[in-house]
Amino acid sequence: MNCNICGVNEATIHLTEIINSQMIEIHLCETCAQEKGTDFKTHFNFGDLLANLADFDKAVVVGEPKEGALRCSECGMAYTEFTKTGRLGCAGCYTSFAKVLVPLIKRVQRASHHVGKKPSKISRDVRTSHDLRLLQDRLRKCVQSEEFEEAARLRDEIKQIHDAMKKSKKAKNE
Amino acid sequence: MNNVDEFVHQPAEWLRATGPASDIVVSSRIRLARNIAGYPFLQKIKEAQRKELVGVVQSAVAKSERMKDAFYLRYNDLTDLDRQFLVERHLVSREHAEEEGDRAVAISSNEVVSLMVIEEDHLRLQIFQSGFNLLEAWRIASGIDDELEKNLNYSFSATLGYLTACPTNVGSGLRASCMVHLPGLVLTKQVQKVLQALAKLNLAVRGLYGEGTQATGNLFQFSNQITLGQQEEEIIDNLECVIRQVVEHEKEARQYLRDKRKAKYEDQFWRSLGVLKSARVISSQEATQLLSLVQIGIHGGLVKSDLTIQDLNSLFLLIQPAHLQKLANKILSAGERDVRRAELIRERLVKVSI
Repeated sequence: MNCNICGVNEATIHLTEIINSQMIEIHLCETCAQEKGTDFKTHFNFGDLLANLADFDKAVVVGEPKEGALRCSECGMAYTEFTKTGRLGCAGCYTSFAKVLVPLIKRVQRASHHVGKKPSKISRDVRTSHDLRLLQDRLRKCVQSEEFEEAARLRDEIKQIHDAMKKSKKAKNE
Repeated sequence: MNNVDEFVHQPAEWLRATGPASDIVVSSRIRLARNIAGYPFLQKIKEAQRKELVGVVQSAVAKSERMKDAFYLRYNDLTDLDRQFLVERHLVSREHAEEEGDRAVAISSNEVVSLMVIEEDHLRLQIFQSGFNLLEAWRIASGIDDELEKNLNYSFSATLGYLTACPTNVGSGLRASCMVHLPGLVLTKQVQKVLQALAKLNLAVRGLYGEGTQATGNLFQFSNQITLGQQEEEIIDNLECVIRQVVEHEKEARQYLRDKRKAKYEDQFWRSLGVLKSARVISSQEATQLLSLVQIGIHGGLVKSDLTIQDLNSLFLLIQPAHLQKLANKILSAGERDVRRAELIRERLVKVSI
């Protein structure tokens, strides 16, 4: 196969990424890959790829985007604007575009939940659900490494939090 | 004279050449991306909101125990040369320097901490450490993050964590990176293999000045790609683990060059030194490349001299365009810079004789 840019040399670098259920393939020879150095890297940055797609006009695009009409209710950004720049308009975009963004994040990040640090100033609900996920993450790791005693302890802790949440929900409803 | 000029004569933290494995891992960096609730991201932010945000962050910085003595520089007060100078020292990104509109940067006097205000995200906190020292950098970053957060409301979601302008940063907002000097792997033509392996491990490799830059002077930046679904320490640990292996490969490559390619290796060192000590006109790219070759020769003990790696590192920075102009105290054309650069290098390399 020949390089997508010069069309002359044999392509030795093949990149494939699935973005928004569109499969994009790019084939480059080493010279062009190197020359593209300014807007093209050895790694595959999703945002830059979207922004640079215009450059790779010969790239193979499979599938049709259906999200054209989506717009953020908070900042007014259109989803198509995001696909051009790879940058969102505000925190609210994450909610407005959730339907398309969540699967996309899952593909790019290979995960869908944050398990790291959290700010101290967040609501109790956010905190509890975050703590719960941390415990589940630890439980998963303990099971993987066969530390069953610790895993059992974590399981009980998770159950306690679940029960407490149910109770407080009940109290709220009553 | 402004605050920026105070940095000219001190070695940047990331080039101090101290810390673990600093002969190969030049520096470690932690970057945290944070956004303030109630303000749109960069793409949609209005000028009045920018101004307000720059002020809000300034007061949070002033209340932070670890940051209160930092210089808070507003871009309106900085010349183009100042901005380029800060880019060369890695204290601000190229994107931040080239942006339009109100923005600021807070820099600690020892240049360990830099907080860019209104970059791609509202806050980009960077911590530099010389050598292979990611965990220490993370510890400092997290401490400052905690302090700032007392007076700022971060955008945080229960499922996605810290919300960022680009979904590739969402979650921890953490980018851990190390700058590694790999002349051995480049000279033995093994570096491509290493880079390909890294891509498979979801790690990114960039050139010296970040995204989209070429790897000059055999310097590469390795960093994590994934920011979601892993704890910060885990992300750092993964990266460290890989870099430790790269360091071993680089050591072996240098050993191989010394043992099996002795003549060629020594020839390259002496030629590089020869050019640097005699050139009358030299570009920064050529100088950077030659300094890299001189550096491994000095590490390998090819020449006895008082010249330290720190001397070479600071020279490496001083020959960059904005630094040369800061030293000369005037704007220089590219041609003038090439002459000044050659002069400066000859002056600094007096300590080594051929």
